[in-house]
Amino acid sequence: MKGCDLILANYGYKDGSGEYFITIDTDKCDGCGKCVEACPGKVLEVGEDQNDPLNENEVAFVTEAERKKIKYTCGPCKPASNRPELPCVTACEPNAIEHSW
Amino acid sequence: MAEEVKENDEKQEFWRWTESNWKNPDLKWEDAKIITAGIDVGSVSSQAVICADGEIFAYSNMRTGSDSPESAKNALNYALEGTNMPESRIDYCIGTGYGRVNVPMADRSITEIACHARGANFIYGNEVRTVLDVGGQDCKAIRCDEKGKVINFLMNDKCAAGTGRGMEVFADLLSVPIVDVGERSFKIKEEPTPVSSTCVVYAKTEATGLLRKGWEVNEVLAAYCAAMAERIYSLIERIGIEKEFAITGGMAKNVGVIDRLMKIIKMDPMKTKWDTQIAGAVGAGLFGYTLVQKGKGRK
Repeated sequence: MKGCDLILANYGYKDGSGEYFITIDTDKCDGCGKCVEACPGKVLEVGEDQNDPLNENEVAFVTEAERKKIKYTCGPCKPASNRPELPCVTACEPNAIEHSW
Repeated sequence: MAEEVKENDEKQEFWRWTESNWKNPDLKWEDAKIITAGIDVGSVSSQAVICADGEIFAYSNMRTGSDSPESAKNALNYALEGTNMPESRIDYCIGTGYGRVNVPMADRSITEIACHARGANFIYGNEVRTVLDVGGQDCKAIRCDEKGKVINFLMNDKCAAGTGRGMEVFADLLSVPIVDVGERSFKIKEEPTPVSSTCVVYAKTEATGLLRKGWEVNEVLAAYCAAMAERIYSLIERIGIEKEFAITGGMAKNVGVIDRLMKIIKMDPMKTKWDTQIAGAVGAGLFGYTLVQKGKGRK
């Protein structure tokens, strides 16, 4: 039995213009990598769970380089009107990805 | 004469805090089966912790220099100083922190998020559920379970406002020794309005402006500490705060910021006998111990 059914990794930042976080539930994420293929901005990556060295399963995370600029990299997927479903969120079968904005 | 005074002024480094090392005199490392080391190379400070069978045997806390591998070596040597333990006795070494990829003797690196949660779990006890680490140039809020496993975290490293280095710059600007900032910020008649920006660059301009307006140094310190507390709060608000609450990193030693932060979140922080700056390195050392025990201590 798992002690907690939520293991959330928040990647992103908060600045004067708002909060920009991509949250990945690493408990749900099975490391399939479909989000990596779906993302046109190459924001996501799959690899060793960096925040739990005892976890043997691979999980998705936001690349180090993108963490500080996702507001801009994710921009093209988020038009101001008629916003479609986000490709990463749609591709994720276990529903492990969430965007805060 | 005036020039001479200036020269003396320049010699005093108000931002500097004392480096330290410690060893457990009752622990015989010769008897220990597994010796692990955790080295946390941060942006401002570096720590090394030596663990003997999962207990802290020795540690050091130093300033990070311009050369990360050198800082890691210095920290480890300083921790080993006076212990008679040769470096070769260390079975497994883990690097963590901002400069973790630059720790030459590390067998593996682990993110500071995981290490701080594990370290706080050890130094504060396993009742810790929320860990706030305010380091030299970033700020991390972590929720963890009773084993010190991360369940929700957030790191703000985009901007150094409201962090340790900002406080150092500020202490230097006002010529107040960094260790006195917290207490002096309470020696005021009335709590002033917090400065509007914690940005290190703007805060300097703002502080100079307030001083010129006739504010006392202590009042300016109070205004800055309050602004930092508010900024830190805006970050931890997102992950939610659960009891018990513990603070690690250098800022845990600044009562001016911590007391004001605790007033906002209406909680009491946990207390510890350990140096709060070593939490990351302790976590790394303990992870090393667990990995070796599980036979995963791959070299």
